[in-house]
Amino acid sequence: MSHIPSELKYLSSHEWLRVESDGTAYMGITDHAQAALGDLVFVETPEMGAALVAGEEAGVVESVKAASDLYSPVSGEVVEINEALADAPETINNDPYGDGWVCRIKLTEPSEIETLMSAEDYTAQLESEEA
Amino acid sequence: MPYIPHTDADIAEMLSVIGAESVQKLFDEIPDKLLQGGFESIGDGISEMHAMRLMASCAKKDDYELGFIGGGAYEHHIPAAVWDIVGRGEWMTAYTPYQAEASQGTLQLIYEYQTMLTGLTAMEVSNASLYDGATALAEAVLMSVRANRKSRSKKILMPKLVHPYYQEVVRNITLHQGIEIIEIPVSQSGTIEMSDLEQYNGVDITALVVSMPNFLGGLEDVNALTDWAHQNKQLVIAVTNPISLAMLTPPGEWGAEGADIVVGEGQPLGVPMSSGGPYFGFMAAKQAFVRQMPGRIIGKTVDQNGRRGFTLTLQAREQHIRRSKATSNICTNQGLAVSAATVYMSLMGPAGLRSVAEACYNNAGALISALSDQVDVLKISANGRFHEFVFLAPIPAKTLLQKMGERGIQGGLALSEFYSKDDFSRHKALNERLDQAVMVCVTETKTADDLQKYVQTLEEVLNEQ
Repeated sequence: MSHIPSELKYLSSHEWLRVESDGTAYMGITDHAQAALGDLVFVETPEMGAALVAGEEAGVVESVKAASDLYSPVSGEVVEINEALADAPETINNDPYGDGWVCRIKLTEPSEIETLMSAEDYTAQLESEEA
Repeated sequence: MPYIPHTDADIAEMLSVIGAESVQKLFDEIPDKLLQGGFESIGDGISEMHAMRLMASCAKKDDYELGFIGGGAYEHHIPAAVWDIVGRGEWMTAYTPYQAEASQGTLQLIYEYQTMLTGLTAMEVSNASLYDGATALAEAVLMSVRANRKSRSKKILMPKLVHPYYQEVVRNITLHQGIEIIEIPVSQSGTIEMSDLEQYNGVDITALVVSMPNFLGGLEDVNALTDWAHQNKQLVIAVTNPISLAMLTPPGEWGAEGADIVVGEGQPLGVPMSSGGPYFGFMAAKQAFVRQMPGRIIGKTVDQNGRRGFTLTLQAREQHIRRSKATSNICTNQGLAVSAATVYMSLMGPAGLRSVAEACYNNAGALISALSDQVDVLKISANGRFHEFVFLAPIPAKTLLQKMGERGIQGGLALSEFYSKDDFSRHKALNERLDQAVMVCVTETKTADDLQKYVQTLEEVLNEQ
């Protein structure tokens, strides 16, 4: 079973969101997602300043066998991107919830957080997918 | 690698293993309304004898004594060795074989092709080719929309003097993809005027297409155009003739930063004109955009024992994996035509290609000089020309070309077949005399005698009138 930190919020498409106290949030892909994709070779992060919309494409993660869209859990402006991923996409494989974060978003619709999955919900989804 | 079709027994056995009733059942997911039904009009086929006769009569249509037609397909001498080599069974396959374990020779050849193409265009990466020049431009437009992340407009600046057929294909493919094609009208000079671009300063435009040479044979001010586009956060898509690149500044060196994507028709590199195809499109780009580049790309790698090998690479975004989100509209490359181009470029070498290009340029110049007493040769560009030019005849172009054709010379193309008068509303000579405009192409295949025959025949026709 993959690691699913209880303090994070999740999307069914396997992204996580960590809400900070300053009205921003970090997003990335889950441990399950990185394991399913395999060795990542390229991460297309959103542009700085881009306006993301909840549930819409925010970038692409590419492994040797597949390229998958990255969906934004919330709406907001991209205020920081993880530039280390450009040279070291494998950081996501090694530390998906820490150094492997993808971008930081300044939330414009904080209420959207309520619509995201809890760690429990997400765990249940993975269990049902495996069953 | 031979092409071995399945026998009925093979098919029955495969169907029984997967538990399907028929091959047709495998396509059940396609809605009925999308199925075309039978192809009744095609008929049941003809015998070999009749097929040979039919093909021979079709081939006759390609016969002519002397051709001066350009406009997208170009006659060049193809050394006999090119198709002798390409015609060998090892290359001549029904489909490009991509299994790395079985196809090292083909894969290496395509890798060499990519290397040569990047040399010719001065770009960092090339794909394994696309369908033809027109679809390559359409793919480049789609690619620019993905690659230019500073632009959200999906607006493309398309000069009216990009090959008209290419423009049609681009519109056809991009029509329902939210991409807007903004036309740059023909200027009074026949090349793109910077003053026509001023209205787009600071406007969000995704890419500027630059045709070099343009459809009238003129050379654009590519350095100024490229720098202007980059200052306005646009990508530059170059449409070029590969032979011309042996003489002209390659797109990778245009302006301060070079063009971003380079496409064109590969036919001039060793592929016969043969009534319009099959040809191949080429595409090269900056390394930064390689993940947005459509089509097949061959890479060099090592096997588990450390030996050099070749294989498809960067395919995670292509059709077999990404389906509807793939980076290409048509992923197929033109393996056989590309093989011929690779052998052609190998045999010619950089010096040989340059001498072909110079002979084209010089022969066109010689014909322009010889014609200037009879007709008005248009000066399209202050930057000069390559191997095509336009002249205005004292009689209708179609009449002139037909009469020259009766005397065994295909004298060129009537420009009115591609444009209307209104397209040249600012170009005085072509606006007033479009019907008299003839587009001529002269390549290295023409001798001094051929050029003299062109001039004599033209004189004869004009004197007759």
